[in-house]
Amino acid sequence: MSEFFAMGGYAFYVWGSYGVTFLLLFIEVVLLMRRGKKA
Amino acid sequence: MRVGSLHWFWFSSPHTFYPLAGTTARACAALAALFCIAGLYVGLIVAPTDATQGEAYRIIFIHVPAAWMSMFLYLVMAFWAAIGLAFNTRLSGMMASALAPTGALFTFIALWTGSLWGKPTWGAWWVWDARLTSELILLFLYFGFMALKASIDEPRRADRAGAVLAIVGAVNVPIIYYSVVWWNTLHQGASVSLTRAPSMAKTMLLGMLLMALGFWMYSIAVALTRVRCSIREMRRSEERP
Repeated sequence: MSEFFAMGGYAFYVWGSYGVTFLLLFIEVVLLMRRGKKA
Repeated sequence: MRVGSLHWFWFSSPHTFYPLAGTTARACAALAALFCIAGLYVGLIVAPTDATQGEAYRIIFIHVPAAWMSMFLYLVMAFWAAIGLAFNTRLSGMMASALAPTGALFTFIALWTGSLWGKPTWGAWWVWDARLTSELILLFLYFGFMALKASIDEPRRADRAGAVLAIVGAVNVPIIYYSVVWWNTLHQGASVSLTRAPSMAKTMLLGMLLMALGFWMYSIAVALTRVRCSIREMRRSEERP
């Protein structure tokens, strides 16, 4: 399991990509739902 | 306009479009979750380690689908802007506006993941090569489109001005796509081509296609939900001028 998270030494690059991508998609959905409630 | 038995302008009325958009958005949101979970499973667990790049190549499952979406969404946005310009339909301008933030988001993701991929493989976060620079211009085109529309109060004038910018900017999309062919760039060539056999393992290709489908469904769901917000906001401003 820890080997999976280490990503062969590329953990920062791989998880930095996946993490930021899904965080941004999540933020977009939250912002849109807020706008939807107001409208 | 009536061609055959289809009323083409039926759904260009916000009133008829609104419920249809809601149902479609919900279905696409569910599909997006399914495709992304499947894509993450294939990309992170099933796909084998790359022989030359080790595990760093796994960024491809985000990077390439995001880059595809950034270009594709721009073309769809320019298409709706052009339709709005030609037929003066209010809904077309709303569609174009709804696509811009999501397109900009995927452009940023493509640049961000590309940077995180470039550092371990090329040794640089950023280089001013044709592919990277034209993709950065795409991000500025999305920003310019949103800023221009936001700066004009009268909706129809904003739609027209935005449409001209979107249509002119569409020239940049083929430049991005063919940049790796036209110029000698650091960026590698196309990963997937319709004219030749895939150059990668089948599971890698599958992971990429699943993520692309997931992003595609996500974009449809988000854009349609945003159009529904615009329609509600328009109705409200008409009730209380």
